[in-house]
Amino acid sequence: MTRKQKRLSVIVGGLAFLGAATGLTFYALGQKASYFYMPADLTTASVQPGQRIRLGGLVEKGTIQRGQGATVAFSVTDTHKSVKVTYTGILPDLFREEQGVITEGSFGPDGVFVADSVLAKHDERYMPKEVADGLKAKGVWQESKSE
Amino acid sequence: MVETGHFALVLAFALSLVQTIVPLFGARLNNQRLMAVGGPVAVTGFALTALSFFALASAYANSDFSVASVWENSHSLQPMIYKVTGTWGNHEGSMLLWVLILTFFGALVAAFGSNLPATLRANVLAVQGAIGAAFFLFILATSNPFIRLNPAPIEGRDLNPVLQDLGLAIHPPLLYLGYVGFSICFSFSIAALIEGRIDASWARWVRPWTLVAWMFLTGGIAMGSYWAYYELGWGGFWFWDPVENASFMPWLAGTALLHSAIVMEKRSALKIWTLLLAILTFSLSLLGTFLVRSGVLTSVHAFATDPARGVFILCILTLFIGGSLALFALRASRLTAGGLFHPISREGALVLNNLFLTTATATVLVGTLYPLALEALTGDKISVGAPFFDLTFGPLMLPLLVLVPFGPLLAWKRGDIIAASQRLMAAFATALAAMLVTGLFIDGTSVFAALGIGLAVWLIAGALTDLAVKSGVGSVAPAVMLRRFAGLPRSVFGTALAHLGLGLTLLGIVATLSFGTEKILTMRAGETVELSGHTLRFVGLYPAQGPNYSEDRGRFELIGVSGSAVGEISSAKRFYPVRQTTTTESGIKTLGLSQLYISLGDEAKDGSVVVRLWWKPLVTLIWGGGLVMMAGAAMSLMDRRLRVGAPSRRRKQAGAEAPAVLP
Repeated sequence: MTRKQKRLSVIVGGLAFLGAATGLTFYALGQKASYFYMPADLTTASVQPGQRIRLGGLVEKGTIQRGQGATVAFSVTDTHKSVKVTYTGILPDLFREEQGVITEGSFGPDGVFVADSVLAKHDERYMPKEVADGLKAKGVWQESKSE
Repeated sequence: MVETGHFALVLAFALSLVQTIVPLFGARLNNQRLMAVGGPVAVTGFALTALSFFALASAYANSDFSVASVWENSHSLQPMIYKVTGTWGNHEGSMLLWVLILTFFGALVAAFGSNLPATLRANVLAVQGAIGAAFFLFILATSNPFIRLNPAPIEGRDLNPVLQDLGLAIHPPLLYLGYVGFSICFSFSIAALIEGRIDASWARWVRPWTLVAWMFLTGGIAMGSYWAYYELGWGGFWFWDPVENASFMPWLAGTALLHSAIVMEKRSALKIWTLLLAILTFSLSLLGTFLVRSGVLTSVHAFATDPARGVFILCILTLFIGGSLALFALRASRLTAGGLFHPISREGALVLNNLFLTTATATVLVGTLYPLALEALTGDKISVGAPFFDLTFGPLMLPLLVLVPFGPLLAWKRGDIIAASQRLMAAFATALAAMLVTGLFIDGTSVFAALGIGLAVWLIAGALTDLAVKSGVGSVAPAVMLRRFAGLPRSVFGTALAHLGLGLTLLGIVATLSFGTEKILTMRAGETVELSGHTLRFVGLYPAQGPNYSEDRGRFELIGVSGSAVGEISSAKRFYPVRQTTTTESGIKTLGLSQLYISLGDEAKDGSVVVRLWWKPLVTLIWGGGLVMMAGAAMSLMDRRLRVGAPSRRRKQAGAEAPAVLP
């Protein structure tokens, strides 16, 4: 191979590699990123059972039910709509009624959201940013509530 | 004392401006006296910043709540260690630590750089001064730790309980030493671009600094991972959280830099690329600082959110990244490029390493920034987590890891891939055997487990093969072999150790993910549970009182074969009344290289407690591998070629190097 051919093959090889990596990245972004919804968004968005999403809102007052073993059921609400969620595991230390929470998982065929992770931060002032923004957008947020 | 610290900080800012301007002009005008200003100013600037930091630390230690930062983040009942580490457990203090380390590195260049060409040294100190000036201004304008309160509150608001841990004493300083250490490589690159030339002393200086920064960053990330593992009570060691990625990206780019700097030093090639990588690595460090400190992300690390801070850091980011890349675009063509080289050679392998590592860095960057960009543009909120990185980062790392053992066995200029493969036969056979044993005897259902274990063993055996081949195992008498082994350059040990550490970390990750087991159940006092052959008995919940918290400690006994207790594990729910916060203290029992991990949940009405248990086989190797990598970097630093403070030898070598100065 001449010097020119060698250089060309290196460049082509490098570009092909970068192209493959870029393609993979965009495919993965399309497939593997999970969207964030509040309960009221679910009436307009079409979320299939089994599709991974993150569902955020406030833990509705009086809905926390501890079932068999470590399974817990509760409702997540944005004050307009609420969604039933079940979760098996240890809830975060700051999981309380009327606290902001983000759950990640997917809807079962019965319309109950099965979460495999529940997030609430270790801070008394904390409100997940997505939940705070969502509540503000729906006009149910009062600044005083955040402190 | 507080005012002294405040004043010292302002003075340090003023000196950083002097450090930026005077040596820069000195280098321009080739005026020795102006250039010589840089050194003493850098050392004095460091001393003043240290004084300022000491003043803040003593305010924390003495619980001086008239200082706003102390009032917000400390409490008089905290144990002394957390009072002191609380100095950097908040936004203001951690930024002060950042500049302290920055000026420390500047002072090191001033102290050890006497054998550098005068103009290069002046320009390096000027760039270092400019970074310092920007961050001093940031601290003074938006994050001043010395602001007083009047009247002074009687009691503080306590440090975030999650941070009341020994991890805070280790993780941030190590991480910052790594992050900020790359500023030296950055300053050297900018200085080279200002001068329009790269000479031999450039490569000789950049490589040890890269090694130092990389070593600390590796330690900082490993420590952060272990801290998150035991503190958060989720039993995970890596979450692909944007904040973790912020430190992981400079690490990946820094690893690439470490390797390309070798090519530059040995073969005087890849100069422009190495320079660009040095700029990119520190740019990613700055980006990391922005992501973590600006409040763009909500996480444990975002202590407080203030839009002014975000905008300010974004300006610094734009100025330095944009400025340096613009300078690069203008000046890079002036630098002489090295020629192409044979693809099958040590340098060819190192280029391939760089291609993979930089692409991997780019995918992590996309995964980290895409959600932020999408939210800014469309308002859609998405999260990019482990599934994304498993699909992109994983496939990029796999071929790289397979190729790692070949690299050190290839010769410079023209390597022999067949000879290298023959030498690796034993390593390959070992890896294959490990794969078969895993597949046939341990877990036949998981292809991932077998392949992963095989790959990890391949890396470990490959690293050992490298040492064996270089000391002549099998071809010379044992006595000669031992002598050769002892006489190998330290950098060869460094490479082998770092690659060995990588293999160990991978082994830990694969074993934990594939063979780890988990149970969630409710337990009453006296009940036992079995997990992967270990029997645990729940003794009961015991309330206790700490200095600034109360806790319910769940005690567990590990039951031996004979039926009697052989060990105790306890996990607690702690309540910190000042912040009205509950935390979980996980219980961990290390058995060999593996760990039993217990996390206590809520107490139910009937007195039973939710308990989550994990068996994590070989999990300690994940961080142990990081320590081995650090040891590798330390070993490389001790290599004769890189020893700082051996000026006569270096000068001689630099003189002997053929193209010492390139036009």
